[in-house]
Amino acid sequence: MKNLTEAKQTKRPGIFANTYGGQYIPETLMTELEKVDKAFHTLKDDPDFQAELHDLLVNYANRPSLLYYAKNMTEDLGGAKIYLKREDLNHTGAHKINNVIGQALLAKHLGKKRLIAETGAGQHGVATATIAALFGMECEIFMGKEDTDRQKLNVYRMELLGAKVHPVTTGSMVLKDAINATLQEWASRSEDTFYVMGSAVGPYPFPEMVKYFQSVISKESKQQLKAKENTLPDMVVACVGGGSNAIGSFADYIDDPSVKLVGVEAAGKGVNSDKTAATIERGTVGIFHGMKSLFLQNEDGQINPVYSISAGLDYPGVGPEHAALAKEGRAQYVGITDDEAVAAFEYIARQEGIVAAIESCHAVAYVEKIAPTMSKDQIIVCTLSGRGDKDVASIAKYKGVDIDE
Amino acid sequence: MSNLSEIFKNHKAFIPFVVADDPDFDTTVANIVALAEGGADIVEVGIPFSDPIADGGVIQAADLRAFDAGVRTKTVFQIVEAARKQTDVPIVFLTYLNIVFKYGYDAFCKKCQDLDVSGLVIPDMPYESRDEIVPIADKYDIDIIPLIAPTSGHRVEKIAKAASGFIYVVSSLGITGERNEFFDGLKDLVAEIKKYTDVPTAIGFGVHTPEQAKTMAGIADGVIIGSAIVDIVAKQKQNAPQAVKEFTKSIRAAVDETEKANV
Repeated sequence: MKNLTEAKQTKRPGIFANTYGGQYIPETLMTELEKVDKAFHTLKDDPDFQAELHDLLVNYANRPSLLYYAKNMTEDLGGAKIYLKREDLNHTGAHKINNVIGQALLAKHLGKKRLIAETGAGQHGVATATIAALFGMECEIFMGKEDTDRQKLNVYRMELLGAKVHPVTTGSMVLKDAINATLQEWASRSEDTFYVMGSAVGPYPFPEMVKYFQSVISKESKQQLKAKENTLPDMVVACVGGGSNAIGSFADYIDDPSVKLVGVEAAGKGVNSDKTAATIERGTVGIFHGMKSLFLQNEDGQINPVYSISAGLDYPGVGPEHAALAKEGRAQYVGITDDEAVAAFEYIARQEGIVAAIESCHAVAYVEKIAPTMSKDQIIVCTLSGRGDKDVASIAKYKGVDIDE
Repeated sequence: MSNLSEIFKNHKAFIPFVVADDPDFDTTVANIVALAEGGADIVEVGIPFSDPIADGGVIQAADLRAFDAGVRTKTVFQIVEAARKQTDVPIVFLTYLNIVFKYGYDAFCKKCQDLDVSGLVIPDMPYESRDEIVPIADKYDIDIIPLIAPTSGHRVEKIAKAASGFIYVVSSLGITGERNEFFDGLKDLVAEIKKYTDVPTAIGFGVHTPEQAKTMAGIADGVIIGSAIVDIVAKQKQNAPQAVKEFTKSIRAAVDETEKANV
């Protein structure tokens, strides 16, 4: 029986918990996916590639990112010791750059001249446009019209970096529609083009690849905490849309059973409302965007419109490994509403002097709830996936503050 | 296995496509009948999906019209059931895997058998994932129609060898929709497929004129036309069936010319 399972896994790589993941994508893209898979698995063991990757992460992206002891929050909440993994301090202001550097290097090795990518909040688009500029590659970004409207600053930033931004007007005009449009673009032109997938979603090998490049977050935080506290954290908390910063924050702790892993989803107006993006809590198994995973969908399998104040978490699915971690009980997933996230946005700004991305503030809001229930000798590592400059205008609007942009 | 392959024996097949419930139930039934009367060999009925990643604007818009009409998976089955009272033209469904998955592979294939639907075209299910459904489809004599693309390369052999029904040859890269230029290696691609299988081939994606249909029928065993017909439905709405029938006749005549030329 064991052999049968193993044989099955060899035949279909990228299957998590015997269910999630896989490859469900038009035939037109399959040969290209095979090339990407082969290149990734060859290059990740190649010392020259690793040296190049390391050099860019350290000398360009400003790694390692700080593991910062949030003393004020810790004292205010009166429970567990809180450390913040400061991905917001990376070049371009979010964790997205870790993965983009990796995939763009891969694209370069494959001889590609053009990078395309989807983006939700715009952080992945900015990171892709940045590396395209650095590498002298063409760059086109697909972004839902809804998101180009609420993240205007990032649209301009991408254009400034030389990228062409396509507002996507199909479907609900958010992240999922941007992924549809980017997949379509890749299907019509893959010869010279690499799709830099921004989240730990899509067909194999993307979820594995994104996890690999983002796992630098947990590799660093583990070492950093060991140096500071000589122990493992009791809990790691990160926000989850597609799940790239969360899988990167969890990766190096998955085999440490004492470390509790918590993914925080965007509950929008409430997990049980229709205006939510809480995929793991509310979703059902389905097949979309190249993967089998959990999706917010109706009983016929039509993908539902989703909602969150955060453009980066506004996604009806979740990476297959998160679906598997939830199924196996290895990680726990909770929902945080718009209101709670906005309150956390203000809280962390005033407590720690950090304006964090509204996405990351979903994780911060959960820390605010859970830290007081834990003891003072316990430690939480919370990932701040990005900085919040991009959100200032829309949060002001949400609060009814009239500011002249 | 169904008897879809038989249709292509010494005969160039024309395979038109309509989206179910676009713009409404009765028009779709009438369109299926019109396609059959106009000379279609197989009718492809599209089950709308919220996020059709292989489809261009014309079919996406049709899906939206069908959603406006309140289409459900069960509505599509009812449409075919109604059409079956007037025609026995072979029918295949085209839809995305999630629709089939959510209905249940077994229940869906059984329903196809009950409705005398011979096959399924699932653009987001590559060879690597076919084992999920093929054994179930086999049980009900439903063919899973594979797609082969200009980029398939070394994959052609394994896909062709496993094929049944017919093989959907994608004419060009990208998504569905009318176009005037096609992949220039289509002849070689079809020849490559023929090295590995006797299963017939039909070319689709972008074909929209009788001249193109004639050319494609000269290269492969059949031709598939989707967006051009959906476009007629978009423009003519409830009056579409007559126009659809006329268009089908014009394509039928063009395809038949190829057949004569080959004899």
